[in-house]
Amino acid sequence: MISGPWCADPGRRTSAPSNFGGKGSACANREGGGSGAGQGGPYVFSFELLLDAVVLGVLLGCFYAAVSLGLSVAFGLLDVPHVAHPAFLVLASYAVYVLNEFYGIDPLLAGLLITPFLFVFGLAAYRLYYETFEKRGSDAGVRGIAFFFGIAFIIEVLIILQFGVDQRSVTAPYIGKAWRIGDMRIPYRLVVAFAVAALLTTLLALYLSKTFMGRAIRAVAQDQEALRLMGANPIRIKQWAFGIATAVLGIAGALLIIVAPVDPTLDRAYIGRTFCVVVMAGLGSMTGTLVAAIILGVAESIVLTLFGASWAPAISFAMLLGVLAVRPQGLFGRRS
Amino acid sequence: MTPPGTSAPLLQISGLTKRFGGFTALDNVSVDIRPGERFGLIGPNGSGKTTLINCISGAFRTEARTVVFRGEDITQLPAHVRTRRGIARSFQIPRPFKSMTVVENLMVALDFAVATDPLVSAAHRHETAMSILAGMGLASKADASATTLSQVELRKMELARAMATRPKLLISDEAMAGLSSSEVDEVLDLLMSLADQDITVIMIEHIMQAVMRFSQRVMCLDAGKIIAIGAPNEVMANQRVQEAYLGT
Amino acid sequence: MKRNGIFFWIGAAVFLIAIALMTKLITNEYPFFAGYVILQFIVLAVAWSILGGHAGYVNFGTSAFFGMGVYTAVFLFKVAGAPLLVQIVAAAGVGALMGFALGLLTLRMQGIFFSIATIALTIVIETSITNWRYVGGAAGIQLQRPPVTWPFSGYVQMLFFVQAVLVVLAVVVSRYIQNSWIGRGLQALRDDELAAECTGVPTLRLKVLACVVSGALMCAAGAPAAMYLQYADPSSAFNLNYSVSTLAMSLIGGTAHWAGPIVGAILLGTTQQLLTVTISSEVNVLVLGVMLVLFVVAAPEGLIGLLRRVRDKRREGKQ
Repeated sequence: MISGPWCADPGRRTSAPSNFGGKGSACANREGGGSGAGQGGPYVFSFELLLDAVVLGVLLGCFYAAVSLGLSVAFGLLDVPHVAHPAFLVLASYAVYVLNEFYGIDPLLAGLLITPFLFVFGLAAYRLYYETFEKRGSDAGVRGIAFFFGIAFIIEVLIILQFGVDQRSVTAPYIGKAWRIGDMRIPYRLVVAFAVAALLTTLLALYLSKTFMGRAIRAVAQDQEALRLMGANPIRIKQWAFGIATAVLGIAGALLIIVAPVDPTLDRAYIGRTFCVVVMAGLGSMTGTLVAAIILGVAESIVLTLFGASWAPAISFAMLLGVLAVRPQGLFGRRS
Repeated sequence: MTPPGTSAPLLQISGLTKRFGGFTALDNVSVDIRPGERFGLIGPNGSGKTTLINCISGAFRTEARTVVFRGEDITQLPAHVRTRRGIARSFQIPRPFKSMTVVENLMVALDFAVATDPLVSAAHRHETAMSILAGMGLASKADASATTLSQVELRKMELARAMATRPKLLISDEAMAGLSSSEVDEVLDLLMSLADQDITVIMIEHIMQAVMRFSQRVMCLDAGKIIAIGAPNEVMANQRVQEAYLGT
Repeated sequence: MKRNGIFFWIGAAVFLIAIALMTKLITNEYPFFAGYVILQFIVLAVAWSILGGHAGYVNFGTSAFFGMGVYTAVFLFKVAGAPLLVQIVAAAGVGALMGFALGLLTLRMQGIFFSIATIALTIVIETSITNWRYVGGAAGIQLQRPPVTWPFSGYVQMLFFVQAVLVVLAVVVSRYIQNSWIGRGLQALRDDELAAECTGVPTLRLKVLACVVSGALMCAAGAPAAMYLQYADPSSAFNLNYSVSTLAMSLIGGTAHWAGPIVGAILLGTTQQLLTVTISSEVNVLVLGVMLVLFVVAAPEGLIGLLRRVRDKRREGKQ
């Protein structure tokens, strides 16, 4: 079963059509019971309802940008068909969960703590991918995709075997309280996610544009040969870039479990969300990633308000299909 | 051989413009290629040579009536139909079917490009493929995997595969790039012998001696425009051609 | 070549006769219940390989086709009490239409983009079915099997035989494609689409054809599942496990020959049945994933490729 932050709250599993009516915006309502939002039901249009949806959508969108950044580097810049990215993300969330649950470490700090390990893990993963697929060349496409698909399933099952299928969540002072502006309730956890996500996106964008290594990574995406002629080793650079792409999953995974509880198969929903964001952004564009993520966040939020949570899982996938069919180069595409 | 200039053109390019976003790769190009002609196409990198042959062979679509082949507007036809009409090409970077043997590469052409009589047996087509390979000096490699070929063998196999489609017009895109001078002569002799079999050949090349030896007419592109066309000597002597190549 | 053909047809006939005899002689339902799943995976893997193996387009949407097969059957059964044969034929039609749409998608996307699009398609269809109350919505729907018709002694036996017929059909189609000009054309476009097109191969038409045939077979394989389980719900009918299993079976068996997916499906299908019964279904998915990754890394041509390599070595040794 696909679920996401919308329907992932325990006790609020909303996939059943019986919850269709009387539901405003799940995130606005979930923290403090009914606000004004839910009164009209989903079928009556109201301006406040829409405003709610847009505000929450923007916050959520920034969070989506944060969880998509790694894929934007790995797939957008390096052309690695990284279908297992969302599975890595969920894995990071479980690591954060363990640190929080058993050692009482703040989830964001936990995210930072696992970052170096993720970086090394990323270096190793790329090396394996390179040695087995890119280097051999022929038919790498089919098998590369199958490889990551298999890895994703292995991670999923290992999590199930270790933690079971139940949802897990973290505790922190900012989880569970909401910020009230007029009639609107904005949960702090979303505000925290928004702020951290914005910071993470900015940092990565700066890293890629201002530092020597960052520019080398962008160069490797454009023209490997030129880089080789300049005496740099493109494989080293790609490996480093993949390390970075995996390392940012530390914070991203922390945000994932801060925003909503996670379960082992949550990665399936995030295949849609992350690939939608990265493809819509135009491969490898960091500004694009932010803009596309906000578009997705707002779209999900509005559809949820108007049609109910049972349609939520399809939104990102439908948008992804639409983008692929109509504008495969994305909004800020680097390829013609 | 038909003397150039007396019969209707085989290929007419008229007012062909191709843009990618804001970049104009080809700017109002018009040229007629006559039947049986050996035509050289030169120009610096990025001048639009490969774009032009992509437009002719159908990899890129263009506006109606900009490409007319044997009196027929082919702009709306997909590439494989153009191949069946008689336009074959080789690629700048060889693109063999890697999972197949050399002779199987040719069999693809014989299976699909040539209007096959169902009575013609697979054995007969195999024979045809072998005779084309023999003509190219590749018979001994027929059952080798395409991935094991050397650079010059790959070039020859691409030409053989193109020939297996029974073309009237063969476009050779830098078939000599990266070859030694003796290999260049080999490929050049091959192309010459094809032209003698009444096949019109458009040759894109950077190696000037080869272009000079091969071509009856040469056209030079620069930044998507024709800057010179005519006899090889005249084109080489042209001021603008020399500037384009020297980059001034 | 000719003699091979005769052996193949004799083999197919013997297989069907054996299955028919089994349904007469064995009275215990369990072997049919377990065997049905393996047969179903053979159809799925063989069908998947037509597109994934020959043309090189990795379809993660097996679950979409399978699930639509299930729900075509559910819908027809609910609306008109349609018999099994009608359900299957209609499902094949639906699958062909879906395949046609998928084939047109290949015009704009290749490689990973195509694969991601097939996952997207699965989720979008699943969500739509989840929101369609007539066929049960998210909660699913119970189905009452109609009485079984002559000559079968039980409904499960009949389903088993029907699925065996689908196996033969799928293998015949796949074998024909491999040995004909269609197979050569698909192989060419898998290696290099532009070069294939410039060698006269109608790439789009062939891809659409492969998608239609593959889709129709997958959907048809899904249709009897409704009656098999007497129950259907979107999250199990569209479960991505079908996609990963099918992919694993095809790649582990090897897609270079039509027999590869069969070998893979029998091997993994049997292992899965044993693991699910003896340990748990999670371990079964884990084994599947690990096998997939191992094979993709270490034996890219699958079991068929390994066999060929051994055979070539031996031949070299003799010379």
